[in-house]
Amino acid sequence: MQTSSAVNGANYLTYQGKYKGLLGWIFSTDHKRIGLLYMYSIATMFATGLLLGLAMKFELLAPGKTIMEAQTYNATFTVHGVIMIFMVVVPGLPAVFGNLMLPLMIGAKDVAFPKLNLLSWWLYVTGVFLVLAALLFGPGAPDTGWTFYAPYSFKTGTNLLPAVFGAFVLGFSSILTGLNFLVTIHRLRCPGLKWTKLPLFVWTLYGTAWIQLLATPVVGITLVLVALERVFGVGIFDPALGGDPILYQHLFWIYSHPAVYIMILPAMGAISEIIPTFAQKHIFGYKAIIASTMAIAFVGYLVWGHHMFTAGMSGTAQYYFSLLTFIVAIPSAIKVFNWISTLYKGAINVQTPFYWAISFIFVFMVGGLSGLVLGALATDVHVHDTAFVVGHFHYIVFGGTGFAFFAAMHYWFPKIFGRMYDKSWANIGWLVFTIGFLALYTPMFYLGIMGMPRRYYDYLEEFHGGNILSTFGSWVLATGFVIIVVNLIRSARKGEPAEKNPWHSKTLEWTVSSPPPVLNFDEEPVIGENDGPYNYK
Amino acid sequence: MEHAHHVEHPDMYDEESSKIGMWLFIFTELLLFGALFVVYAVYRYMNPDAFHLAAEELNRMIGAINTIILLISSMTIAMSTTALRKGHRKLAIALVSITFLIGLAFLVNKYFEWGVKFSHGIWPGSEHMLNEMSQGEILFFGLYFVMTGLHALHIIIGMAIMVFAIRGLINGKVQIDRPSLLDNCGLYWHLVDLIWIFLFPLFYLIH
Repeated sequence: MQTSSAVNGANYLTYQGKYKGLLGWIFSTDHKRIGLLYMYSIATMFATGLLLGLAMKFELLAPGKTIMEAQTYNATFTVHGVIMIFMVVVPGLPAVFGNLMLPLMIGAKDVAFPKLNLLSWWLYVTGVFLVLAALLFGPGAPDTGWTFYAPYSFKTGTNLLPAVFGAFVLGFSSILTGLNFLVTIHRLRCPGLKWTKLPLFVWTLYGTAWIQLLATPVVGITLVLVALERVFGVGIFDPALGGDPILYQHLFWIYSHPAVYIMILPAMGAISEIIPTFAQKHIFGYKAIIASTMAIAFVGYLVWGHHMFTAGMSGTAQYYFSLLTFIVAIPSAIKVFNWISTLYKGAINVQTPFYWAISFIFVFMVGGLSGLVLGALATDVHVHDTAFVVGHFHYIVFGGTGFAFFAAMHYWFPKIFGRMYDKSWANIGWLVFTIGFLALYTPMFYLGIMGMPRRYYDYLEEFHGGNILSTFGSWVLATGFVIIVVNLIRSARKGEPAEKNPWHSKTLEWTVSSPPPVLNFDEEPVIGENDGPYNYK
Repeated sequence: MEHAHHVEHPDMYDEESSKIGMWLFIFTELLLFGALFVVYAVYRYMNPDAFHLAAEELNRMIGAINTIILLISSMTIAMSTTALRKGHRKLAIALVSITFLIGLAFLVNKYFEWGVKFSHGIWPGSEHMLNEMSQGEILFFGLYFVMTGLHALHIIIGMAIMVFAIRGLINGKVQIDRPSLLDNCGLYWHLVDLIWIFLFPLFYLIH
């Protein structure tokens, strides 16, 4: 075994291991290479999902058929959902930035189980191909919606089986990543790095990992049951055989609601790194953020019923689920207050990651507050299954996770690639993207309250105006995305070489060279009594 | 780098990490089956009579034999880890191999048990079930096949891990100061055993 200093300053991007070229990447157990593999795969899937989203918005440009029939539209929103949920936002931040940064942030050489980590990526890719197989082969793409609701999911004639199996495999990949991170955080913190000195991104990864571990198996077995229902007709969710489709919804949402916290917690963690760095100030309420992270992870388990207020459940259950839904909003609000308070009297350095972080807080608040409209029993009945839900969901998940992803991308980019991006193009990209985002999703709140249902390829004439604005927004958003991606790709190749610590941050990953050496640290770092991830003067 | 040096990645072996990892994985397995137990509880509550009637069809003798078989196998795998800790590598290999064979015996029993059901026309979606059974009975047998089938799959996975453990014991990757694979193999096998301990009364014994 050689230490990194013995390989002539080779970094993780350039070194050569057992295999050459592409094989040196897809068989590498280096957490940073695996992180990049995830980044490229997830970016590809995001672009695919984005194109499907654009197609849907184009269909909704005018009432009646615009470019596709109802069945095609059904398949489009299903595949858009499956790709964006299971392949983009769930693995998004943990698999990309968790893999790239977690060991660096805790002063470790790698994650606890490097081979298992590689297996997770392979499972991810397998899941992706399985879902894609459902599109390309068989009697047509799945049309059930990403929720695979029973009994339609085993009655539909479309090729659902590979998609369900693919989602199962993706879940397995997610579980293994969570398991790996939990053990890594427990066992591999460098000397002196106590739990109360962990960077908040690490804390949120920790909370996320527990959710991945404890919620995903439930949806896994539920998807297996749907598959068995389809193939053998076991009857568990089939009302014709005595089964209960509502039970499917319970089991599905027991996972899929906590899953939105898998998406949002690491996003909050990334924002909690960026805000103090660009305010050059200690994060306000470090322990409050940790406590609220764990509170979200815990209470998030107990609110799934709010997806089913109109599906049929007892009044008592509805009250409890509604109350708990309001309670889970509190820790999220605590975090927002902490971020804002951190900025107060800070020496704010306005850079691209900061723009993303600030706009994250805004869209996250709109998304969160509109969520309360859905969590309240009376208003939920009014807007259930309307465009309002789509607007809320995209504000919180795309606005939350997506904006935080881009914030993290622009924050850690110089560390990952060792080059700085073109800042003015990055800012233009952010501005165009944000304008597009607001134009795309804001009208959905209005349309939903007016009564426009979701998941229809057609609508009444009175909804035309809002839809035109929304479709226009989708084009602006896509333009912004292209600007961002082109700028980043170009900068990764030709950007100015980046310093070790361009943002003057205090966390450990900024103490190593950019890009990091193969084994991260030449000497194992030691954290002293007075050191801390946010100890700015 | 044209002439980059060959870089080995660090060996991250840590007994404690492996143990924590395995326990976490066991949590996920418990939740996987936990969801099925919830489904079982709901449907049993909704169809108490039909579940009682359907349970009469099951062969309690084979179930009891399989329970005893699995309990013995848990003992032999536990003995193998102890044997390794005391440095008796060959004994450890022998004990894991015995456990493997006992697992096989369980599967053979299961094969005959399912075979009898099939010969009575009982399988998910069979005409006999759809035409002559109540909805509660259909659900009972649906759950019976899903849960015992998934359990049998776990038996097979457990046996596959044993093959790796035996290989590791033979080629020295698993040894007295590197016992994690065998330990985890044992932990997993105990889990598989434990799940059966719950399945057996739920399907065969409760009236």
